Amino acid sequence: MKAVRVKNLEESTPITDSVHQAEALGAKAEAGIGTRLKDGFLFVAKRGLLAWVLLLVVWQIAATVMGGSFLPTPLKTLAGAQELIKSGTLQSDLLVSLFRILCGWLIGTIIAVPLGLVIGQFKIVRWLIEPLINFFRFVPAIGFLTLFLLWFGVGEVSKVALIIYATMFPIIINTISGVIAIDPLKIESAQSQGASKFQIFYSVVIPSSVPSIFTGVRLGLGGAIIAIVAAEMLAAQNGIGYLIYTSRLYYRTDWIFVGIFILGFIGFLSDTLLRLFGNVVLKKYGISDSRRTTK
Amino acid sequence: MTKISIELKHVSKRYQPASSLFKRKTSSPLVLKDINLMIPTGEFHVFLGQSGCGKSTLLNIIAGFLPKTGGEVLVNGSEVTEPGSDRGVVFQNADAAIFPWLTVEENVGYGLKMQHVSDKDRKPVVERSLNLVGLEEHADKYPYELSGGMKQRVQIARSIANDPSILILDEPFGALDAQTRRTMQNELIDIWQKTGKTILFVTHDIQEAAYLGQKISIFSRSPESHIAITIPVDRPYPRNVYSSENEQLVNTLNQYFEVGGPVK
Repeated sequence: MKAVRVKNLEESTPITDSVHQAEALGAKAEAGIGTRLKDGFLFVAKRGLLAWVLLLVVWQIAATVMGGSFLPTPLKTLAGAQELIKSGTLQSDLLVSLFRILCGWLIGTIIAVPLGLVIGQFKIVRWLIEPLINFFRFVPAIGFLTLFLLWFGVGEVSKVALIIYATMFPIIINTISGVIAIDPLKIESAQSQGASKFQIFYSVVIPSSVPSIFTGVRLGLGGAIIAIVAAEMLAAQNGIGYLIYTSRLYYRTDWIFVGIFILGFIGFLSDTLLRLFGNVVLKKYGISDSRRTTK
Repeated sequence: MTKISIELKHVSKRYQPASSLFKRKTSSPLVLKDINLMIPTGEFHVFLGQSGCGKSTLLNIIAGFLPKTGGEVLVNGSEVTEPGSDRGVVFQNADAAIFPWLTVEENVGYGLKMQHVSDKDRKPVVERSLNLVGLEEHADKYPYELSGGMKQRVQIARSIANDPSILILDEPFGALDAQTRRTMQNELIDIWQKTGKTILFVTHDIQEAAYLGQKISIFSRSPESHIAITIPVDRPYPRNVYSSENEQLVNTLNQYFEVGGPVK
């Protein structure tokens, strides 16, 4: 399936990435020019770079047709980024947003994981709390924004609280399902080795739930990024969301694009780091990178 | 007089159907009916029966995982009410039963750790258990690095480490290839002879029962399954599977196995 797709692409766009091909080819001197081109192409395509090359091409064409500030060209966007970096706005906005995301996400995780474990383990707690979770998880964090501003003020607390809220639901729900889905054989084998209920909880239930918890934490990070941008657009004096929102006042669409790419980078990089952490540190709990195993 | 390890008196089991607001409880048939059995200490006892005959249910009751409906289950003279480390259990599905986040060594030492045995006292026991199953070279590996047979060895070693009086094995070699299965059977006999533990071994494989059992209890078909007959096998180990005696035994077992006992 994948191979077929790659082949089709190869036929339709043979020239666009000749630069990348040339880079990748250096090592394979002994191979024929045809195979080398093909290898280089696959090298680029497999790593997802082809998609980016295509995007740039389409973007450039569209921007040329549209013209002006309606859709800035890639180069103009790059210039806008340099401008923002020179003035220091981009760095400070990025740091502010990162700080908010990290704080809210960490606190959210610290609250949500134990809560999910307890809800999953004890039926009575589940009866008490799960209905509320299944109701409020459909209320987007941004719905609480004005309320949080009233309660926690216009400072950092309200924004972090919003991220905590947004982070918690995916983590709680995934943790619960991890606890519930535990193989009864694992419990039985601990019981027949004389483990008490409490011992089983911390030495069997928690480790078995790690893959689900990890999935929840990853999803929570996505929720955190969505929530902070919305919050910064509506009620902040800095941050990437604020940058995107205020750029419209100056009609600086290039800055908007810079903000959008930065958000993408934050999400992509943080998730890549998390996945790496999962693959290396949590491997023994049964977390494996699906991308690598389905090759 | 020999000591009795497991004693079953008129044991019966009925799975209670789930009741709901709109559906009245209806009574389901008995899975096990009037099971009576005495297993002396140190015996290698095999439960043989077709799939779904209730032999695993009985084993789960003895292990303490399932409540019985009627009768008495005594292990070393006291009534079974819950699972305990006096009854080591080796499950068929090793992947589900051993802990993937612990190394082989940690898996084997798990029970002792839960009993608050110190690291220092735990180490020699774990080592001895690993030696017994030939896994001493693989102590630091994680389960995903092991083959199916090695995983079953881990299960056996961890049960032995807890020093149970009874070792319960539920079709432990069913998922292994024929050659590995024979090796494991021989090793189990070896372990049994070295440790002198009572072994309760469940299988639906007639050849396996004939190869292993000192006594073989054949279960009748469900529902209302019971032990049709208990056949003593007075032959030394390792047994020759090609001997006429073995053929005769397998034939006898086959008769009972297929009709669930001689036609009444």
